[in-house]
Amino acid sequence: MASTAHSTSQYVKIFYILLVLTVVEVGIVYMGLPKMLLAGLLIILAVWKAALVALHFMHLKFEKTTLMMIALSPFILCVFLILMLLPDIFPG
Amino acid sequence: MSEVAAMHAGAEPAETPLTPESWGKLGMWLFLAGDAMSFGCLIVGYGILRYASTTWPVPAAVLGINLTALMTFLLIVSSVTMVLALAAIQEGDKARFKKFMGFTILGGLIFLGLQAYEWTHLIGHTLPEHNLSFSKDLFATTFFVLTGFHGMHVTGGVIYNSCVLAAVSRGRYGAKHVEIAGLYWHFVDLVWILIFTFVYLL
Repeated sequence: MASTAHSTSQYVKIFYILLVLTVVEVGIVYMGLPKMLLAGLLIILAVWKAALVALHFMHLKFEKTTLMMIALSPFILCVFLILMLLPDIFPG
Repeated sequence: MSEVAAMHAGAEPAETPLTPESWGKLGMWLFLAGDAMSFGCLIVGYGILRYASTTWPVPAAVLGINLTALMTFLLIVSSVTMVLALAAIQEGDKARFKKFMGFTILGGLIFLGLQAYEWTHLIGHTLPEHNLSFSKDLFATTFFVLTGFHGMHVTGGVIYNSCVLAAVSRGRYGAKHVEIAGLYWHFVDLVWILIFTFVYLL
């Protein structure tokens, strides 16, 4: 693992990135962009922020592959969940 | 890695190439994966109900996003103070750990206070003004279920963190327990990031 002094400055850096991304999120909502473009941008920003938290604050970047696979499993299951429910959303 | 392995020597079963260096950490990750599935089901269910509905208010117009953006900021800050608390205890600096852990708990408490204020305001004023109600409209139902389920997690996290703070103060818990508690707390932050996007912003 990296030295603590290094990781502390790294944590603060991640904090600023998260802060800027949050401001951007709120900003683009007020900008009145086309609906689909706005939705796409917001989802990208949310996944980006979630990945930063998981990789750096939860140290996933520095862990064994086992933990990464455990962490990814619910997302894969959720994709299956959405696919299985699609017939309900678009019947016929 | 050898340093970490030495730290756990005797206390943990022998590690294999597939297991992480801490069994407690593996346990927490397994719990979080299950918990993520609970949130995943709620969020996917929310998305489907919303997509299938003919009328759905614009969330930002009804709920307002300024206060919630502040709540998001609070949780991110408390996540940062949590990692700083972990860094402090890893260096053996208990006083600095207590300070940052205290900030983390305080951040969680303020978040809960703001959520209580938000709910009271919504139930008492905003929802009736928009002719919406908890029991009749899926918009309100899904909102309270999702934010309520998350709020319960924050409540649990505040209690958990307080217990860890007390146990570290009495010398019963060390850095590895703080790291595991941190995993839970960051997960709660991560889920809020997604809820903020899907429930408030989209």
